[in-house]
Amino acid sequence: MTSTTSPLPTQKPSFSRSSLRLNSSLGRNRWNQFFTVVAAVFAVLAVLPLVLVLGYVLVKGGTLLSIRLLTELPPPPGLEGGGIGNAIIGTIVVTLVASLIAIPVGVGGGIYLAEYSRSGWFAQFVRFGTNVLSGVPSIICGVFIYGLIVSTRLFFGQSYSAMAGGVALSVLMLPTVIKTTDEALKLVPQELRWGAIGIGASRFVTITRITLPAAFTPIATGVVLGIARAAGETAPLIFTALFSPFWAEGLFNPIATMSVLIFNFAIMPYEAQIALAWAASFVLVVMILAANLFARWLGRFARA
Amino acid sequence: MHGSLVVWDVLPMPLFESNDLFSLRRRPPQEKLVDQGFRQLSIVLASIVGLVLLGILLTVLSGAHQAITTFGLRFITTSDWDPVGNNYGAFTAIYGTLVTSILALVIAVPLGVGTAIFITENLIPLWLRQALGLMVELLAAIPSVVLGLWAIFVMEPFLRPLLEALHVYLGWIPLFSTTAQGPGVAPAILILVVMILPIITAISRDSLQQVPPELRQAAYGVGTTRWGAILRVILPAAVSGITGGVMLALGRAMGETMAVTMIIGNSNNFSWSLLAPGNTISSMLANQFGEADGFQVSALMYAALVLMVLTLVVNILAQWVVRRLSLKYS
Amino acid sequence: MTTSMPSPSQIHAASPEFCMELENVGISYGGSEAVRGVYMQIPRGKVTAFIGPSGCGKSTVLRALNRMNDLIEGCTLKGRVIFDGQDLYAPQVDPVEVRRRIGMVFQKPNPFPKSIYENIAFGARINGYRGDMDELVERSLRKAAIWDETKDKLKESGYALSGGQQQRLCIARAIAIEPEVILMDEPCSALDPISTLKIEEMMHELKKSYTIVIVTHNMQQAVRVSDMTGFFNVTPKADGDGKVGCLEEFAATETIFNAPTQQATQDYVSGRFG
Repeated sequence: MTSTTSPLPTQKPSFSRSSLRLNSSLGRNRWNQFFTVVAAVFAVLAVLPLVLVLGYVLVKGGTLLSIRLLTELPPPPGLEGGGIGNAIIGTIVVTLVASLIAIPVGVGGGIYLAEYSRSGWFAQFVRFGTNVLSGVPSIICGVFIYGLIVSTRLFFGQSYSAMAGGVALSVLMLPTVIKTTDEALKLVPQELRWGAIGIGASRFVTITRITLPAAFTPIATGVVLGIARAAGETAPLIFTALFSPFWAEGLFNPIATMSVLIFNFAIMPYEAQIALAWAASFVLVVMILAANLFARWLGRFARA
Repeated sequence: MHGSLVVWDVLPMPLFESNDLFSLRRRPPQEKLVDQGFRQLSIVLASIVGLVLLGILLTVLSGAHQAITTFGLRFITTSDWDPVGNNYGAFTAIYGTLVTSILALVIAVPLGVGTAIFITENLIPLWLRQALGLMVELLAAIPSVVLGLWAIFVMEPFLRPLLEALHVYLGWIPLFSTTAQGPGVAPAILILVVMILPIITAISRDSLQQVPPELRQAAYGVGTTRWGAILRVILPAAVSGITGGVMLALGRAMGETMAVTMIIGNSNNFSWSLLAPGNTISSMLANQFGEADGFQVSALMYAALVLMVLTLVVNILAQWVVRRLSLKYS
Repeated sequence: MTTSMPSPSQIHAASPEFCMELENVGISYGGSEAVRGVYMQIPRGKVTAFIGPSGCGKSTVLRALNRMNDLIEGCTLKGRVIFDGQDLYAPQVDPVEVRRRIGMVFQKPNPFPKSIYENIAFGARINGYRGDMDELVERSLRKAAIWDETKDKLKESGYALSGGQQQRLCIARAIAIEPEVILMDEPCSALDPISTLKIEEMMHELKKSYTIVIVTHNMQQAVRVSDMTGFFNVTPKADGDGKVGCLEEFAATETIFNAPTQQATQDYVSGRFG
């Protein structure tokens, strides 16, 4: 079995042939094992932060969870107790404003790209612009809205407001919604469009009754992910929605959000505030992970 | 509408004699109006993207105008940041932005690509691969500000002895010339690694999965080992997507704000040392914009402009690279 | 609205036996010519088949008959397509209305992701149908010879049907809106022989009420179902720059297959090329 005979004994072999038995001490097999171990170590290192962050947030924040925490205002600096009720409501309000702006605009833009645009300059410009906008740092969105709305007191003479924060977040969500809609509509088979148009449906009817419903689940998945990402954003809010230690006073006044609360309280020298920052992190992370898992479930539901 | 019925009546229709049942055979004007209006509306909504981009550019440019005329390019090369004397130079922040994002990339690329290989090639059971992939994607969902909180209270205290050891043993290198006292550039780099890892992993994984299976079979068919196939055939075929992902991650790292702001120390004093506190453009904006007024706002807008140009160049380059390289391999 | 339409009775008096007329039709995709110089008179109440080798533009011409080519970017048409006394490509013509009167069945069955009932009712509704919907659904499904298979599951998804059934559902969907012409683009190419046979039998029934134009790859099918046959061919362009499709011969099916006047037709129908 160990002989190295070539098939034709008379011919001199040009390659050396060895046994078919796996020889793990061979150079190539050693390298193979080495790379596998390296890749495994890298994968563990990549996942480690998630485990650690989640662990700390769940333990440090979760132990603080109580009805008081969810329903009360944060305490004045130096005092104990209190909650993050106003910040939870603020995050919901600001995210809602952002969604109400970004979803119609983004879905409309996506419909234009997927259903109406031809390869003219305008469509290319919109595609390019969407890519550029998705690369614009979130803090720049804040600077933009600060310059456009806050410093000009555009809304009823108010400077910092929940509305301004929502608009800033919507700028951030917009490219995600456009891309999601565009890609989802492109996945709808062309034959389906032909079928509707072939029986005399207008483009409007074809899109609203056939293509959009067919693409609903992937669009919804992408939109939920976009909302989840916006809910955790801080940078566009610090100098647009600002912060407020009180309950929300309408859309045109500063408002507290969980993300800004974490940022503000994390660097305070008071234990109570730092504890609230952890608690807010817990609530925020649980909300965002729930939204992510929901979107994933939605996506799987679509494929089945 | 009635005109259509006339047309219809003269046509031979042996099957269905009741032709007037189809009242919309000729479309009423309002239906055409809705059809046209919907199209126009979608064009208007699509052009909002352009308007927003233009708005961002104009806002930042007009805000920065005063600082641009006063300082010119000196703003980029000097590092004084003196709100009292109204003398501004953003070199510290620009240097901080570049050094944190590039070093974070250097660490994150091997980790991300390695992880992507690990979860696409069948080295481990499928459920484990899917679980790892899910975890990396969830990591991307954790808000930056939460990572910042974790970095302040968990990561930095844990790393401080290690960083201090770097200073003690390698202090002769300028990069480690100061003691590690708390917030600084090095912890900021590490938290950036955590933030950009999911992007690199996700895009690398997508690129690897798109490599046609025939290529893989061909490599095994000529007798390569598993890693021979991965390193010599599969990775080169996926290189365009991976490079694009890396560039996108670089853009993200440059613009990343919250976690960095919370852990970098926010010092405008320039230092070569990675262990000293520093600044990035975005952390400077996050820290000072709310309280600034007058000339300082203009200087901050100028810094924002520099950041925009940097990320814009990187992002456009990313798109260009993907197009260029994918042409070569398709 | 009535003024923009020429008086229909006059036009029909001029050509009572022809449903559609093509006058020197040429179609280009983004500047490169696909078909040129097509003259054709499609008889009313008959089945007209388009045959020819691939790339000869027969599907392109078919899709030009109800302006489906409008959906393809860069597709332009020269010449005139006359239907109901009007050039379908005249600027004031609404392509959506054209397609309400000239229906289409596609190569791949493409039911909507709705119930079988809704697949039929959807088209009728957007055409403003005012009659009894249940009756229309039943009539259309019967006409497409699929009523027996679907009458007990009208609420089920159209996707639950087999490929052949889906295609007959699509035909039912097309006839539900009572068009004057039905265009069929290789309707059987994705189907098994038994489904094909069912659809061919149905076409014999349908031509009593409709004018049918069908593109087919299958010459036996053309012989079996059609009254008139147009043979399309590819010829090199005069300037030697690529190839272009043209209508080689258009005559009664019997003539095309038994005594064609063109050598190329003879070669094609006898299987010498294509």
